[in-house]
Formats: sequence, C-alpha cells, structure tokens
Amino acid sequence: MRKILSITLLAAIILSSCKKDEVTDPNAKSDITLEFDNIVGNADLALNTATYTNSVGEAYTISKFDYYISNIKLKKPGGTEYIVPQDNSYFLVKESDATTHKINLSDIPVGEYNQVSFTLGVDSLRCTADISKRTGALDPAAGGTGMYWTWNSGYIFLKMEGTSPVSAMPDQEIFYHIGGFGGMTAPTINNIKTITLDFPAGIIANVKVGKKPDVHLLVDAKKVLDGTTNISIATSPMIMFDGASVNVANNYKNMFTVDHVHND
Amino acid sequence: MFTMIKKNLLSRTLLYWLGSATFLLACFLASCSKENVGTDMSFQLVVPSNFPALKYDIANNPITQNGFVLGRTLFYDGLLSSTNTISCGNCHQQSVAFAHADHTVSHGVFDRLGTRNSPALQNLAFSTSFMWDGGIFNLDLQPLAPIENHVEMDEKLDVLLDKLNKSDKYKSLFKNAFGTEEISSAKMLKALSQFMVMMVSANSQYDKYVRKEAGANLTGDEIAGLELFKAKCQSCHATDLFTDQTFRNNGINPTSLNDVGRYAITLNEKDKYTFKVPSLRNIEKTAPYMHDGRFRNLEAVLEHYSNGVTNSATLDPLLNANGILGIALSATEKQQIILFLKTLSDEEYIRDRRFAEQ
Repeated sequence: MRKILSITLLAAIILSSCKKDEVTDPNAKSDITLEFDNIVGNADLALNTATYTNSVGEAYTISKFDYYISNIKLKKPGGTEYIVPQDNSYFLVKESDATTHKINLSDIPVGEYNQVSFTLGVDSLRCTADISKRTGALDPAAGGTGMYWTWNSGYIFLKMEGTSPVSAMPDQEIFYHIGGFGGMTAPTINNIKTITLDFPAGIIANVKVGKKPDVHLLVDAKKVLDGTTNISIATSPMIMFDGASVNVANNYKNMFTVDHVHND
Repeated sequence: MFTMIKKNLLSRTLLYWLGSATFLLACFLASCSKENVGTDMSFQLVVPSNFPALKYDIANNPITQNGFVLGRTLFYDGLLSSTNTISCGNCHQQSVAFAHADHTVSHGVFDRLGTRNSPALQNLAFSTSFMWDGGIFNLDLQPLAPIENHVEMDEKLDVLLDKLNKSDKYKSLFKNAFGTEEISSAKMLKALSQFMVMMVSANSQYDKYVRKEAGANLTGDEIAGLELFKAKCQSCHATDLFTDQTFRNNGINPTSLNDVGRYAITLNEKDKYTFKVPSLRNIEKTAPYMHDGRFRNLEAVLEHYSNGVTNSATLDPLLNANGILGIALSATEKQQIILFLKTLSDEEYIRDRRFAEQ
C-alpha cells in the first residue's frame, strides 16, 4: 500500500513538473520590464551638453528631466487586463539616474500583451493618503527628489529644468515643475494624465516563465514645450503651479510611444 | 513515608510559590495599570467640552508619552535646519502661545526674512488646514514646509533624516517611541504631530466661564465685550476655536509684495487676497497681527475694522453690508471687545511644562 502511494506521488510530481516545462500553466507568473528611454526629437536626451530648439525657434538645454510613473496596467489582445498592485506601482524616472530608467514588474501573469497604460503623476488618492503610505518613490525624503511641494501639499509630477538664452530668469535658467492633483480643501487644477499606449501593429510582449520581455518606450522631452499649445520660453521661462501648467501637461501627455519590444 | 512528606512539602511549596506568584502578578498588573492610567492620562488628548469635533485622525497615530517626547525634542532642535541653528521653537515661542514675539515676519537661516507672520500654534488637531493660505491639508505634512522653505530652515528632508540617523540620541528616542531604531520621514512627522496634537489651549478665563466652572467670572465690561463680539465678529471667528476656518479678504490693502493669499493654492480668482481666519485665542499674546504682521496692537486691528477696510473685488461681503465698509464700532465698544479678547488668554497653556523646551 505504502509503495503504491509513493509511486503515485512520484508520478504526480513528475507529471506536474513536466506540465510546468511546457508553459501551459495559466497561473504561472513572470516578469516584464518597461524601459523609459528619454529622447529629444530624434536624438537621445543629453543633459546639459546638447542644445535643442522648440517649435517657437528658441534654443534651450535640459539639466533635469524627472517624472512619476504610477498605476501601471498591462492588457492582452483579448481585453484581459492585469493591474499592477497599487502599493508596488509608483516609480520616479530620473534622467540623471540610469537605474531608474527600467521599471521591473514581477508577478505578471504569463501571456501576450499588446497595450500598456499608466498615470503620469500620482493619483489623487495617494496624494492625500496618510504619510505612512508614502513610501519608496513617494517618500518626500526619497533621495532628495525634490518632487514634492511642501507649501501646497502635493507631488510634482514632472520636472524639466535647464537654460535658454531667451530666459530672463537669473542665470538664464528655465523651470517647468508640473503638478496639481485637483485639490483637497478646494478644487483646483488637475494635471494627472493617464497614458494608454498600444504596441505597434504585430508587436506583442510575450511574458513567459524564464523570459522577461523588455518594452522599450521612447519619451520625447521636446513635447513638454511643443504640442497643442506651443510654449514660448521667452514668455514663460518658469511654469509651476499656475494655470499655464495645464497647457504643458496637455503637451507632454503625448510624449510617450512604444518603440519596440525585446522578447528574448 | 519519607516520599509522602517530600511530596507534600513539594506540593505545599509549589502552592506557596504559585500563590505568591499570583499575588505578585496581581500586584504587578495593578500597579502597571495604575501607572499606565497615570502616565497615559496626561498624554491622551481630551477634547474640551466646548470645542467642535477633532479633525486629526488620532487612531492613525495614537499618542504615547515617548512619541510626544520625541516630537517635543524634534520641535526644539536646531538640527532640523540646514545650519543646525533654527528650530521650530525659534519662531514659535511658548510664552506667546507659540507665535513669534514682536516679529512682523520671522527670520530663518542666515537671517533670511519670511513674508508672513508666524502664527500661534494651538488646537492644531481641530484645524482643517494649515498656514495662512491653507496650502497644507494634514498636520502630518505641515512640518515639511518650514523645514524645506528657503527662508525658514532651508533643509532637505533626506539630509535631515541622515543627521537623525547618525545621532545615538535620536536612535534611542525613535526606538522608545516606535519600537525600532529606524528613522523615516513618516515616523519623524508622526512624532511631531503627537507633540502638536497635544497642544490644546482651552483653559482661559472665557473657557472656564462658558463651562460654568467654579470661580470663573467675567467682569461687566468683559461680558459686554462678549455680547458685542457675538454680534459683530463671530460670523467669521466662529465656535470656541474662534475661527470658522474659511479664507476671507478682510479689506487690508495688499502691500508691494502683492501676497495673493489663498489664490496661490486654488488658482481661483475669488480667492485672491484671502487668508485664513485666524483663531483669536491668546490674541493678547500674539502681536503683531494679520498675515503680514502689519498691526502692532489690538487697538489698531479694531481701528482697521471700523475705519480702515478697503473695498476690492474679493472683499468679504460681511465687511461691505448695505454699501457701508467695515464694522460700526464706538470707542467704548472697541475697548469692551478688547477686554473680552483678553479673557481668551490661557496662562495654563503658556506655562504648561509639557510643552516647554526641556
């Protein structure tokens, strides 16, 4: 009797491990990477050294380009959506820190995905949550991010700084600090943007056990100033918490594209 | 036979010890709970009976003696500033209900001047927003503003946490307060909140009078002042917090600084030049007055309300009733209102050793 049991058990183990190898287990999980590759037009973004020109014809350099990515969702062609658990879904991408360019997501159900969506910024719920819930990238102290307005409680969703010969600011600096979650004690501007990106036709990210696809996104910093409302640096060398920030946010919501996917 | 005795003895001894142990345990527990009651009572927030409901979520940050002590230590420590010299207590002095005595605006690191008058700190756990413009909506987030403000403490939060983490004193204070030596921004802010939540001022002569406490009396003039206050001031300085916590333009001219007040937070035109209605508790102590400290005494404040109100697009309608600017007040009425306002001084609060620098 005992022998029979052991043999059955052994067979069961072998069979189940066989199954895993064939990657047919619908409950299997693996990883995926979202790579945020910051560019300006057709060139890779080079902090401080390169000079760019906006659509108004004004030259500028970029010394800082940081933004929050949060609330990430992945979608399969059939419409099945995987929502990254919220507590693990806040990231700060900093151009100056290459380790932040790749967002690694684990525990992703295996399968083929062809759409990614995320929030550029921080959702209003988390903006108003108890301070003990603001950990990781959301900790106002995290690595001296400077991505928090202490005087007007709320996160700065995107920061672009640099210089421009047309800026009347001291040292010809330019500052674009964009935030605004809609207000807590009174309604105000809401610059939270949800970005939904379909992968290029025919391209999928195949999440498999042992395979970790890398979704390569291009993020065009030129579109902070250029877009529906072209921003003149001479007129607005600094846009922070004011009405004009809405125009900037409406511009940069179009700065993301999925360029390609590495499946091996 | 011998074993019997031995057994008996054993069980007797056991019984004895068990009995003593139980007794001891009982004593210990009793003393424990007694001590707890004694210790905790002074560190429990008691909502005064004449106050509106608490706004701070105390369930999320239960106050303990050690948490309070840590908060107090942080409050009085210059370490919070980039130069290690400016503490919260520099601009919030207990002797004047935690306002800044005789300072129109305060000076931070390198004597940099601010633009607004340092407000009194009291009854913060009942406040729906903080700062003159209400830009901060949670007490836990409040200390971040002065810490990082360029003209106040001008310190970076990550640098401050580094300094705290290098201090054996703070490691032990954080361990006492939260059970771990880990020092995070959340823990630091929660400790500061524990200290600030406890800062309740509710024992003025006026409080004792409205609570009908023994020996609490107001003079005839003070009562006349109270009645005038109810008729002419209370629509904004409402409840026993003496503020309705709204934002209003009270007709003081913008200076060349053009401080737009609440507008900077909401970007709503209607909020231009509005500021939070301040509490009037301990008002006698907290001169100078207004968001920019422009009035040196209470006489000047009442003179403004009777004769100095300037009309503008956002002037509070209550100060422009029937086309008449300001509040009609005779000289006697002004004096009586001031006498009443002085009954809001809470000597117990400004002398409470728990809130003092140790």
